[in-house]
Amino acid sequence: MERILTRWLDIPNLRDIDVYLAHDGYKAARKAFFDMKPEEIIDEVKNSNLRGRGGAAFPTGMKWSFIPKNSPKPVYVCCNADESEPGTFANRYQLENDPHGIIEGILITCRAVGAHVCYVYMRGEFAIQKQIFDAALAQARAKGIIGPDVMGSGFSVEIYTHRGAGAYICGEETGLLESLEGKRAYPRNRPPFPAIQGAFGCPTVVNNVETLSNVPWIINRGADWYKSIGPEKSPGPKLFCLSGHINRPGLYELPMGFPLKDLIYEVGGGILGGRKLKGVIPGGSSFPIFTAEEAVKVNMDFDSVRAAGSLMGTAGVMVMNEDTCMVRALRTIAHFYHHESCGQCTPCREGTGWIEKMLIDLEAGCGTMQDLDYLISVATNMEGNTICVLADSLSMPVKSFVPKYKDEFIEHVKQKRCPFRANGAQSLRAAS
Amino acid sequence: MPKVTINGKELDAPAGINLIQAAEMLGMEIPHYCYHPALTVVGNCRMCLVEVEKAPKLQIACNTQVSDGMVVHTNSERARAAQQAVLEFLLINHPIDCPVCDQAGECKLQDYYMDYDRQPSRFPLGKKNKKGKAIDIGSDVMLDQERCILCARCTRFLDEVTHTSELAIFERGDHNRIDTYPGRKLNNKYAGNIIDICPVGALTEKDFRFRMRVWYMHRTPSVCAGCERGCAIDIYENHGRIYRYKPRHNPLVNGYWMCDEGRHSFTNLQTERRITRALYQSDGRLVPETFSAGLRRAAGAIRKCGEANGARAIGALVGAQATNEEIFALKSFMNDVIGSDVIGGMSYSPPGSSGDDDLLIRANKNPNTRGLSAQGIALDGLDTLAQEVSSGRLKMLIALRADACTALGEAEFIKRFGPLDYLLVFDTDVNETAQMANQVIPIAAYPEIEGTFTNFQGVVQRLHRAFDPPGEAKSAIEAITDLSMLLDGVERPQAADRIFAEMAAREAAFAGLEYEKLGHNGLKLNV
Ligand SMILES: Cc1cc2nc3c(=O)[nH]c(=O)nc-3n(C[C@H](O)[C@H](O)[C@H](O)COP(=O)(O)O)c2cc1C
Ligand code: SF4
Ligand code: SF4
Ligand code: SF4
Ligand code: FES
Repeated sequence: MERILTRWLDIPNLRDIDVYLAHDGYKAARKAFFDMKPEEIIDEVKNSNLRGRGGAAFPTGMKWSFIPKNSPKPVYVCCNADESEPGTFANRYQLENDPHGIIEGILITCRAVGAHVCYVYMRGEFAIQKQIFDAALAQARAKGIIGPDVMGSGFSVEIYTHRGAGAYICGEETGLLESLEGKRAYPRNRPPFPAIQGAFGCPTVVNNVETLSNVPWIINRGADWYKSIGPEKSPGPKLFCLSGHINRPGLYELPMGFPLKDLIYEVGGGILGGRKLKGVIPGGSSFPIFTAEEAVKVNMDFDSVRAAGSLMGTAGVMVMNEDTCMVRALRTIAHFYHHESCGQCTPCREGTGWIEKMLIDLEAGCGTMQDLDYLISVATNMEGNTICVLADSLSMPVKSFVPKYKDEFIEHVKQKRCPFRANGAQSLRAAS
Repeated sequence: MPKVTINGKELDAPAGINLIQAAEMLGMEIPHYCYHPALTVVGNCRMCLVEVEKAPKLQIACNTQVSDGMVVHTNSERARAAQQAVLEFLLINHPIDCPVCDQAGECKLQDYYMDYDRQPSRFPLGKKNKKGKAIDIGSDVMLDQERCILCARCTRFLDEVTHTSELAIFERGDHNRIDTYPGRKLNNKYAGNIIDICPVGALTEKDFRFRMRVWYMHRTPSVCAGCERGCAIDIYENHGRIYRYKPRHNPLVNGYWMCDEGRHSFTNLQTERRITRALYQSDGRLVPETFSAGLRRAAGAIRKCGEANGARAIGALVGAQATNEEIFALKSFMNDVIGSDVIGGMSYSPPGSSGDDDLLIRANKNPNTRGLSAQGIALDGLDTLAQEVSSGRLKMLIALRADACTALGEAEFIKRFGPLDYLLVFDTDVNETAQMANQVIPIAAYPEIEGTFTNFQGVVQRLHRAFDPPGEAKSAIEAITDLSMLLDGVERPQAADRIFAEMAAREAAFAGLEYEKLGHNGLKLNV
């Protein structure tokens, strides 16, 4: 398959603007600014069925169409480069290797929704990525591609980069906006939605890096071409982040709908050490796990994964082999959400900690059978009742791990210790 | 108006209100912690989750505005389960130190637990998070981080009302804690309000800590006499001892708040200087006697002065601390009983006291300055009466809650009023003026009487008698009417409502106002 989002692998130094321009760079932006009306851009993106890559899979064109027309307030675009979902590392490579692809996507989005300012919110750890991206912005500015008069169109677009200080919640779109405004990244209640009241109280579009980098391709080659890649309702080229007990972990570009089985056994070269597969989380740690039997039947697109009982989220595919202690794996996940909960909502603030405490006990062999029921009931009580979905992001793994690997949890209670520890295989890391 | 149905009851709701307010209008409670009507909505506690038909998820009532045709269930199985879940979550890391917590008895955690949960805890006691306790965060406020439910009411108050932002939430998740910034403390004139709006015992009052259980105190609605704003308050008292003032919601006057100075002003009422018996001057000292003996002595002096010098040789000075009814009673006494129209008013604020600000505090530290003027009494009594004295016309002065000596300074007071033959003082304290008096009659302070104050905006609010005055002290009205009885044998009404009715009949500014209709918020003067 033709490499699209990862064409830097074929084109050395694509991050340099001259190289980028020599490979049809900013052609789509030119088309969007000179040959298309904003509504036409939005319609094209709507027709392409592009869905957000940041985790929620929301239709991008529809999101843009919520921005009020002729708003008396300025409209903002925010590019979400906070990439903090465990097991997810696509945006990082994109920022490093194809910054102009992202800038071009931003330009077209700004033109579509009538924004003159875009903020790129990067996670705190993206120091080098920010340097590279800033250098690309400087190049684009020098060539008049961004700035007060984009490519001579008379339309101004300024792009600012902002680095967070290291909190997962800053990736949640309204947490991001609060943080951008200089406040604590407490997610906001909706309504109002960002499209109506986003950054600084103004209409705002928040899109993920990968989402935006699909946009130039849709404009260049058309919605029909785009829909021809993978399933029609969930199409496009997709970056998969393969990690865990896998022979060839890494970032892979594949069409949507690619079979998970092939991703693991063909592309990823199979399970590390020739062991058996135990489970796969398909979309970053926030979502239900697939057992080995479930995993080999699933195709990797938003609708198929959902139909199979999980969510594709960020396509951070985490593979666990038979030596993985699932209690420990879940405890690690719980630790993350406990640590990253912003602590605003009662159920999330208290529930994440409670679940981690129970899992620490279970892993250490001091858990009880009652804890297994409590895990489910506490997870249920957290779910759907909070400001953002971070609470659900722990609830979903808990409610899939515990029933799917019940025997393992029960063994921990019965043996009053971790059965895997006895075998010397302690964790994801220790097994590799 | 949108029609909403809550638990089967219909309401034509004013547009724009939320479901908590709509339920309240129907006499129903939707439990809530973070929502406060005077602060922005943050929707963080999740206590107010309710079921709204057609919405797939439970909705928080505080952030849901009424819309036409909305059908809401606050006690469905799902809503009750969510309420129980939130309470369980709130309690898992809560220290539950109710036995030593001042908030016990008026704590929303206790109340809602009893009303909406009543489940045993499933969380092991030994695993509770530990945080800071009994932290002095400045002003009069103590913080217990373990009791805090992180509703952010206090931080919002300081961000949105005082704009001082001394408190913030630090850390993340269940390590979140309210604290001051390093090296900084609470520093504003309204800090006490965060204690009131804290739904739990996380913020307590330093002065009040461990002094009185809330269920032993009686609450009496009243008005702060600290300045001409006249914030609506509740007096909390036990056996005649005031333990605290809390602001009482009055949209016409103070909203939900009061200032710290006013909050602590009751300490001025409970001093050694309170007068409990009548006093008369003898050989340069004040000698106690019974109340009735004091009044008889005063009546004798009035009679003697009147006979010798005529009625207009007797004048009155009334302070802006007096109630509308007291002012009216004194005025009637002077006009009808004595036959003198020599009356002046004074409204004194000590130098160095706080000036007007843009929230509540007023530079004028008297609760009823507007009430004095409304009855046509000029505030320059210290000058006009002094002229009467120096011209030799005025021989006797009756001072009601008018500490002229403090206002003028001793030297100036003696210069102006020294030549008087007789000074009769009605007051609560042995203040500077009382010390100069020939006769002092002890009267009740404002928590001890019924009556009204008129604030600077013209709002007439009621005081209520929280307890009896100390010793033999009586309300100023009783004292004045008892005195007039001695002078002319006519019995006059002493009840505040009767006097208010007469005042409304005779004083144009009060025309049309009815005592019983003043209600909780009071009514505006019609000028
Ligand atoms: C706790 C949490 C963390 C998130 N972190 C990210 C992130 O790091 N990057 C991202 O693009 N979206 C993240 N999201 C999703 C965003 O809220 C939002 O849906 C997304 O940026 C929208 O972009 P898209 O429509 O292009 O996917 C997160 C969501 C939640 C609830
Ligand atoms: S769900 Fe958790 S992370 Fe999200 S706003 Fe609430 S407390 Fe914060
Ligand atoms: S101290 Fe009180 S008011 Fe402040 S957040 Fe905690 S519980 Fe709420
Ligand atoms: S503002 Fe005035 S009336 Fe209100 S509490 Fe303070 S002193 Fe009392
Ligand atoms: S009162 Fe509604 S969430 Fe707190």
